[in-house]
Amino acid sequence: MSNADTGIGASVKRREDLRFITGEGTYTDDLNQPGQTYAAFVRSPYARARIDAIDVSDALNVDGVIMILTGADMAADGLGDLPCGWMVKQKDGSDMVTAPHPPLATELVNYVGEPYALVIADSRHAARQGAEAVMTDFHELNPVVNLASAAQSEQIHAGIPDNRAYDWELGDKPATEAALAGAAHITRLDLINNRLIPNAMEPRAALGVYEKGTGDYTLYTTSQNPHLERLVLSAFVQVAPEHKLRVVAPDVGGGFGSKIFVYAEETAVIWAAAKVGRPVKWVADRSESFLADAHGRDHVTHVELGLDQSGRFVGLKVQTTANLGAYLSLFGSAVPTYLYGTLLAGQYRTPNIYVEVQGVYTNTSPVDAYRGAGRPEATYVLERVVETAARELGRDPADLRRMNMIQPGDFPYQTPVALVYDIGDYEASLDRALEAIDYQGFPARRIASKDQGKRRGIGFACYIEACGLAPSQLAIQLGAGVGLYESGEIRLNPTGNATVFTGSHSHGQGHETTFAQIVSDKLGIPFDDVEVVHGDTGRVEFGLGTYGSRSLAVGGSALMMAGDKIIAKGRRIAAHLMQASVDDVSFEDGKFLLAASNQSVTIQEVAFAAYVPTSYPEDLEPGLSEKAFYDPKNFTYPAGTHIAEVEIDEATGEVDLVALVAVDDFGEIINPMIVEGQVHGGLAQGVGQALLEHGIYDEQGQLVTGSLMDYCMPRADNLPDFIVDTTITPCTHNPLGAKGCGEAGAIGSTAAVMNAVTDALGVKDLSMPATSEKVWRILKGE
Amino acid sequence: MYPFKYHRPTSLEEAASLYNGSDDPVYLSGGMTLIPTMKQRLAAPADVIDLSGIESLTGISVKGDKLTIGAFTTHAAVMASADVRKHIPVLAYLAAQIGDAQVRNRGTIGGSVANSDPSADYPAAIVSLGTTIHCQNRSIDGTEFFKDLFETALEPGEIITSIEFSMPTRAAYRKFPNPASRYAVVGVLVADFGGSIRVGVTGAGPCACRASGMEKVLNDNLKPAAIDAVEVPDAGFNSDLHASAEYRAHLVKVMAKRAVAAMLEG
Repeated sequence: MSNADTGIGASVKRREDLRFITGEGTYTDDLNQPGQTYAAFVRSPYARARIDAIDVSDALNVDGVIMILTGADMAADGLGDLPCGWMVKQKDGSDMVTAPHPPLATELVNYVGEPYALVIADSRHAARQGAEAVMTDFHELNPVVNLASAAQSEQIHAGIPDNRAYDWELGDKPATEAALAGAAHITRLDLINNRLIPNAMEPRAALGVYEKGTGDYTLYTTSQNPHLERLVLSAFVQVAPEHKLRVVAPDVGGGFGSKIFVYAEETAVIWAAAKVGRPVKWVADRSESFLADAHGRDHVTHVELGLDQSGRFVGLKVQTTANLGAYLSLFGSAVPTYLYGTLLAGQYRTPNIYVEVQGVYTNTSPVDAYRGAGRPEATYVLERVVETAARELGRDPADLRRMNMIQPGDFPYQTPVALVYDIGDYEASLDRALEAIDYQGFPARRIASKDQGKRRGIGFACYIEACGLAPSQLAIQLGAGVGLYESGEIRLNPTGNATVFTGSHSHGQGHETTFAQIVSDKLGIPFDDVEVVHGDTGRVEFGLGTYGSRSLAVGGSALMMAGDKIIAKGRRIAAHLMQASVDDVSFEDGKFLLAASNQSVTIQEVAFAAYVPTSYPEDLEPGLSEKAFYDPKNFTYPAGTHIAEVEIDEATGEVDLVALVAVDDFGEIINPMIVEGQVHGGLAQGVGQALLEHGIYDEQGQLVTGSLMDYCMPRADNLPDFIVDTTITPCTHNPLGAKGCGEAGAIGSTAAVMNAVTDALGVKDLSMPATSEKVWRILKGE
Repeated sequence: MYPFKYHRPTSLEEAASLYNGSDDPVYLSGGMTLIPTMKQRLAAPADVIDLSGIESLTGISVKGDKLTIGAFTTHAAVMASADVRKHIPVLAYLAAQIGDAQVRNRGTIGGSVANSDPSADYPAAIVSLGTTIHCQNRSIDGTEFFKDLFETALEPGEIITSIEFSMPTRAAYRKFPNPASRYAVVGVLVADFGGSIRVGVTGAGPCACRASGMEKVLNDNLKPAAIDAVEVPDAGFNSDLHASAEYRAHLVKVMAKRAVAAMLEG
């Protein structure tokens, strides 16, 4: 049996796409329950205010309104706060300072859109009418909106001076400062990493069901990690004990990180289902998504890079203020620290690195992981300062990078910022990218552009990321509240086909296809005979979900281990069937082969024998179902080079991205087509950050970019035809040799595009996004 | 959306009578502004009077040197019309720049013009292409139609029935789109009526208007560079997160020069 067309390495078309593109997907809002009610949240119109009184009498009189629940009701029921899942230790060794985060606000509201009550009604319309009829007396307080001055502003949370959640550091400060003091040249740069608003195509939604007869709860919701959702809701919020709560994340239309977190809304919905005694549904509209989904990025950074006479990097010092929003979201503390500071070595042998990060609260939506999560911010800092150094020194930016790159012989490479890179070949992807963009031809293209009134620029980003989160013990040592292994289970059915369970979750990644390819390839059974089940705590034993480009490297590896166990047990059954010794039985392409004979039995025959054990080893359990938990030994380190070329219209300041090359090393690739699609999507988001997207609050803390009319998402006509290629150094420590590809596009491209824009303009920096007016003002010399 | 009563009259008279009989009526044409506004609960009319049932409002016809477009004609229909492409190609080009395919298939010329959105595309054509706005009982000169931000010469209850265009010998429209909404940050239409130049500007100020200063210099010297000499003060121009008044004033000149160049290139 050959699986050449469907096995590992084949560009199998995504089997899930047919239902998605024909409207047959089942999203949370497609699910309906008998007797279902609808929830609408009452949200703060102010960025910061005290709630003096809530009057629900008018709202209760709205036709169809059944019940109104407030933060006080939730507190009275003893529900806990929404937790932050990652404890960050401060410079002085103390714990970060976490502000209490009740799912529904009680006394104070701290950002526009923060929910403080919910209205349950017979219809969506009645719920909304009811929500509008809730009368609340607010006492407005001065909001803290500006990140740079947040520490000097009014204190938002009691007991948290300077609005600072933590003051964190990593690396050797004295050594780095000494290295900078002795450097032949120091390049300094002040950078802003703009706030982004995720905008998954499907807004968040939840449907809570409570069975009075059994006391069972079921929550259907848009989650990237249903088991973690269940864990948080039972262990921390204490809605229901874990064994009485099932969380189902059905088809989910994109997440980009924003659906990792446990939010107020699904918490309130599952709690309310028991209060009302009827199922409760809530579906966000786009305006709610803008206000109440966790946002991304939002850093202010000062960076200094020291170089010696020859151009070697001798020291890197980074000082960042990170906006955490009004509360610490689930991973909000880790993103600007462990997923950021640890990446500042990049692809280079910089011997001394020091980073300090102040995490501060503001009266804005909480900020948490968004595609790349910390790593795009790190790459932006490093690759912008490296490119700037090359310009200041009159060096070719590719050459300066090349001379500082970690070489293939240096692995495993211990960086000064905690990580140990296992493998890579950074020059290979740089060379391939230079060829793809035709770097030699750039000067001629620049002249041709100039003749047409356009300024052309080219920019590089040689990025690295740490994926495959994460070795559990290391993660827990660093403050993670859970281990970050993954589970996989392969259940061979009596007829020989397989049902595969994974604890990772697909919300656009195509796991139903790639994971079937892996199992089909591993066990030699037809691709179409493998069904992948995910996203249901009632069906999948456990899982940590999908984020940080971890699903294949961690979840896929768990399936490989489960496959090994299937084969091991199958050998014993096969040996019995062939009346031979186990040691003489090998497995290949779906067949158990007896050495020195032409005898064999298929895995399907073995599966049948396992469930109909007429002739079966006496000491062996029936059945052929195996599970495995894979705990990664290290992070994986995808890396690559992105090169952007832009043309700027001198008359209008418009930036036209004319070429974007991405050459990435993702290790071994299961499905090249899906990988290419992931890269395309990531690049679009990275370009969006550089040129188009910006979440803006005004001085009063109102979100100015609260709709797609003002928040500019990238569209196809903003983008060139991407040139995408890969180089491969297989990951050394997982059975697939895979590293992960989900975020790379958004990690490298932003810095590459901004390096190209600043190159074209001949300026050190301009803040993202590089809108036409900003560029025009630079062109006219402002 | 808040609850409302929906009506679909089949004649102008019926529409007007429904309008006059309501405390808080609104006409619905393509609905590309009204429906989103209602969905966001920013508008709560009591009665929505849908004009789609009035057949006389749709269609494109040519009579002598005038081309007339029914108010309910969609942007897609204008884009695709052989008559428009033959006699006023700039109008087909302009219609193709509006919104996206969905908007062009629903949005109507009458709805757009009656709304007087400061960043809509059509108003640039209305003020520059020698137009007459026909309503039930009167006609309004296109240059007199737009009064202010979302304000027109229409009386309450008045319906645009059709718009009559003169045919320029040549013309061109250039637009600088808002990257998010794709509305015009600035749009400039330059038309040549047998040696007499008219320039219509949308997006810059509270409503579309003619740029008489530019017309004057272009009548003397029909070249893009002639625009350089024109002062475009930004006083009263729109200023928002996407473009300041100063930038808009600059873009008016750039788009005007590009429109002149495009027109001369044919």
